[in-house]
Amino acid sequence: MADIVFWIISALTVMSAAFVVLNNQLVYSAVALLFTLFGTAGLYVFLWADFIAGIQILVYVGGILVLVIFGIMLTNKIKSVRISHKSMQQGVGGVVIFWFFIFLFLALTKAPWVVTEAIEPVGTVRGIGILLLTDYLLPFEIISVLLLGALIGAAVLSRGDS
Amino acid sequence: MIENPMILFPLLILFLPLLSFIIVIFFGNKLPRQGDWVAVGSIVTTFLLACYLFLQMFLNYDPDFSHGASFSWINLGEFKINLGILVDNLTIVMLLIVTLVSSCTHIFSLAYMKGDIRYNRYFAYLGLFTFSMNGIVLADNLISMYMSWELVGVSSYLLIGHWFEKDSAANASKKAFLTNRVGDIGFFIGIMLLYSAVGAFAFNPIFESIAGGQAIAGTTLTIAGLGIFMGAVGKSSQFPLHIWLPDAMEGPTPVSALMHAATMVAAGVYMCVRLFPIFTPSALIVIAYIGAITAILAALIAVSQNDIKKVLAYSTVSQLGFMILAVGTGVYTAAFFHLLTHAMFKANLFYCSGSVIHSMHHALHKAHDHDTDPQDMRNMGGFKDKMPITYFSMLVSTLAIAGVPLFSGFLSKDAILAGTLSFAQHHPEHFLLPFFGFLAAALTAFYMFRLIFMTFHGNPNIKSIVKNIHESPKEMTSPIVLLGSLSFFIFYTLPHNFNPMKDKGWFTDLIVPRNSAVPGSLTANEIAEYAHHAHYLAMGLSLIVASIGILLAYLMYQKKVISAKNISEKFGFFYDWSLNKFYFDENYNRYLYQPFLRLAHTISWLDWEFYDKYFINGFGKLTKLLSTVSGKFDYSGIDQGFVDGFGRASNTVGKLLRNVQTGRLQNYLLFVVAGILVIIIAQAF
Amino acid sequence: MNSLDSYLFISSMLFCLGLFGVITRRNAIAVLMGVELILNAANINFVAFSKFNGMNLDGHIFALLVIVLAAAEAAVALAIIINIYNNMNTVNIDDVSELKR
Repeated sequence: MADIVFWIISALTVMSAAFVVLNNQLVYSAVALLFTLFGTAGLYVFLWADFIAGIQILVYVGGILVLVIFGIMLTNKIKSVRISHKSMQQGVGGVVIFWFFIFLFLALTKAPWVVTEAIEPVGTVRGIGILLLTDYLLPFEIISVLLLGALIGAAVLSRGDS
Repeated sequence: MIENPMILFPLLILFLPLLSFIIVIFFGNKLPRQGDWVAVGSIVTTFLLACYLFLQMFLNYDPDFSHGASFSWINLGEFKINLGILVDNLTIVMLLIVTLVSSCTHIFSLAYMKGDIRYNRYFAYLGLFTFSMNGIVLADNLISMYMSWELVGVSSYLLIGHWFEKDSAANASKKAFLTNRVGDIGFFIGIMLLYSAVGAFAFNPIFESIAGGQAIAGTTLTIAGLGIFMGAVGKSSQFPLHIWLPDAMEGPTPVSALMHAATMVAAGVYMCVRLFPIFTPSALIVIAYIGAITAILAALIAVSQNDIKKVLAYSTVSQLGFMILAVGTGVYTAAFFHLLTHAMFKANLFYCSGSVIHSMHHALHKAHDHDTDPQDMRNMGGFKDKMPITYFSMLVSTLAIAGVPLFSGFLSKDAILAGTLSFAQHHPEHFLLPFFGFLAAALTAFYMFRLIFMTFHGNPNIKSIVKNIHESPKEMTSPIVLLGSLSFFIFYTLPHNFNPMKDKGWFTDLIVPRNSAVPGSLTANEIAEYAHHAHYLAMGLSLIVASIGILLAYLMYQKKVISAKNISEKFGFFYDWSLNKFYFDENYNRYLYQPFLRLAHTISWLDWEFYDKYFINGFGKLTKLLSTVSGKFDYSGIDQGFVDGFGRASNTVGKLLRNVQTGRLQNYLLFVVAGILVIIIAQAF
Repeated sequence: MNSLDSYLFISSMLFCLGLFGVITRRNAIAVLMGVELILNAANINFVAFSKFNGMNLDGHIFALLVIVLAAAEAAVALAIIINIYNNMNTVNIDDVSELKR
C-alpha cells in the first residue's frame, strides 16, 4: 500500500516537473510546479522528514511559488490566463540532457551505497532545533544574515530608480 | 670660532669684494654712478679690516701666530676635501698689500676710467680680481688655492681685455690666459702628485708628511715641486712664460698697477713663499736659475724699450725674477719682503705712468693730435714742472726700485742679493746667480733713471704738447702720494712698539722663515746665518752697481755725454735683440705655434680626408647596406611572415570562436553540461 | 521499492528536468522554476541520504539551509527580473544579451 502511494506521488512529482519545463503556458507551468513541490513534500514524508516536509510546503508553496506567480503577473500584460512563452534549442538540449540522465542513472545504480538502517523517530523538530543551536549555530546565523541581505537587496533592486 | 676677529675679518676681506662684484655686475647699471661706490666702499672696508689685522699682528708681535678654520666641502668616504682659511703673519701682510693696492686702484680708477662705456663692469671685475687674489692668500690647502688661482686667471683675462674692441687688447687677454694655462697645467700636475703621495690637500699635513720623508721624497718630490713652481712661472711671468705680461699692458693702467703690484704676479711669488717647505734642493736650483735668467733677461729688454708702460712691465718681470731667485736660494722671506716693497713702489710707478699717460691723452686731445703715441717716452720730456706731484712721487719710487739707501727697495734687494751671494759662496759652481743678480740690479737702476730722465727732465720733445700737460685730478694723485711715501724705508724697519732700541724691523721679526720640510735641506737658521755673513759685501756691491746704473743713465740721457745712439749702433746686434725682446714672441711663433698649427692642419686634413671620408663614411655606407638588408629581411620575412602570420592566425581562430560566443546564457549552460558529459565519458572509459 | 536508489532516481529525474528547463526556457521566470526543480532534487538527495545513513539529522539541516537559500535566491532573482523588465520591457533571456555587445 505504502509503495503504491510512493510511486503515485513519485510519478506525480516527475510528471508535473516535466509539465513545468515542457508546457508553453507560463501560468500552467507555475501551477504544475505547485504539484511538483507538493509531491516533493510527500517524498519527504516518506523519508520521515516531517519538519522538512512542512517547511517545504510553507516556504515553497506559500512563499516562493506565490513570489513566482507575482513575478509572472508583474512582467506580463495580463489579458488571459494563457501567457505563452517559447523554448529554444530543445533538440540539442534534449539529447545532451538525456545522455546526462543516462550517466547519472548508471552512476547511482552502480555506486556501492553504504546504507545504515534506523528506526523511525517520533519527530525531527526537536533534533533539528538542538542541532541548529549547537553544531550548526554559525551556518544558521550566517544564513539568517544572508536572508536579511537578500531581503534588503530585493527591496532595493525592485524599487527601481526612485 | 667664526666670531673670532682673526677668522671673521679675513672672511669678510675675502667675500666683500665678491659681494661687490655680484652687486655691481648685475645691478651696477641701475645704481647711481653705476655702482662704483659699492666697489670702492667694499674694498676700502676690506682695507680697513686688513689694517686692523695688521695692527693686531704688530701689537701682539707673535712670530708663530697662526689661525685657521675650515669646513668639509667634499666628503666621499676616503676622498675628503676641506676648504678653509689660514691666517698667519704672512697672510696678514699679504692681505694688507692686496687690499691697499686694490683700494688705491679703485680710487685711481674713479678718475682714470671716468666715462668708460663699461664702467660698472670694470669695477665689478676689479672686485672679482681682488676676491680671487684674497682667495689665494687665505687658502689653507692646494685645492682652494688652485681654484682662486684660476679665478685670478679669469679676472685678469676679463680686465686685460677690457677694451676688447681693440684687437691688441683681445689678443693680449687671450695670450695672458693661454700662457697662464700652460703654467697651471704644471701646477695641477704638482698638486695631484702631492695628493697621490700624501693624500691631503691642506698645507700642514703635506709639510708634515714631507718632513716624515716616507710618503714622497727624492725625484718625485722634485718633480712635484717643479710642477707647482710651473704655476708660479706662468702667473708670475717667469722665463720662459714671461711673454704675456708686457702684452697685458693693453689693459687699463690701474689694472696694470694692480696686476703688477699686488694681485696677479704676486700670486706666484706668494705661492712659492707659502709652499717653500716642499721644494727640494734640486728644485730650488732650477727655481733660482729661472729667477736669475728672468731678472737679467727682462732687465736687458727694458733697457731699450720706449713705451713707458713696457719699461715698467719688463721691470716688473725683472723684479719678479729677483723674488724667484731669492726663493731659489732659500732666502724666501727676502723674496716676500721684496714682494711687499715692490708692490708699493711698482703700483706707484704704474699710477704715475698712468697719470702721465692720462695727461698726455688730454694734451694730445687738445692739440687734435691723434697719431702721436701717448705712451712713447720719446714724445715726452720736461714734464717735471708741469706735474710735480707725479714727478716727485715717481722719483721716490724709482729710487726705491733702483736700490738707493733710505728707500724700501734697498732693504729688500739687498736682502735678496745677500742671500744669492751667500748661496754662491757655499756653492761656487753657481757663481752665475749673484752675477746675474747684480747685473740685473745695475740695469734696473739704469733703465729706471732712463725713464725718469726721458719723461720728466730735459727739453720737451714736442712743444705743442707740453703746454697742455697738467697735474692729474685728486683721485689720481692721492694714491700716488700715499704709495710714494710708502717707498721710504722707515715703514719697513719700524721696530716693535716703535721701540728705537731694537735693531731689527718688524718685518724681520714677524715673518720668520720656516725650515724646509725636505729632509737634508739647510735649516732656516743656517741660511740666515750665511746670508748675514754675506750681508755687508752684498750691500756694498749693490750700492756700487746701483750708482753705476744711475750714473750711466744720467750721462746718457740727461747730460747726453755718451750718445745712446752710438752705443746702440755699435752694439747693433744686442740692441736689436733687446728692442725686440730677444725675439721670444717671434721664436715661439715660429717654433711653437706654427709647427703646432701645421701639425693641427695636417691632422685635421688626415682626419677629414682619410678617417672621415673612408673610415667613418665607409662605416656609414656599410651600416646603411647592412641595415637595408636586415630591414628587408625584417619587414618581409619576420614582420610579414612571422609576426603578421601570428596575427592572421589569431584573427582566423578568433573569427571561428566568435560563432561560439552567442551571448546567450543558456547556450553557455548547454556547453557546460555537454562539457561535463564529455568529462564523465572520458572518466568512464 | 522504498529504497535509496528509488529516491536518487526520482531526484536525478527532477534534476535533469530542471536542467532542461534552465537550458531551454526563454522566459526568465520559467528558468527560475527550473532552478527550483534542481534545488528540490538536491534537497531530496540530502534528506534521502540522511534517512539511509541512520537517520542522521545533518541532511535535514542542509535541506533547511537550501530551502532558505532558495527563498533568498527567488526573492533576489525576481527583483532582478522585474528590474530588467522595467528597463528593457522584456524578460526573455536571449533578448537580454548586453554581455555580447
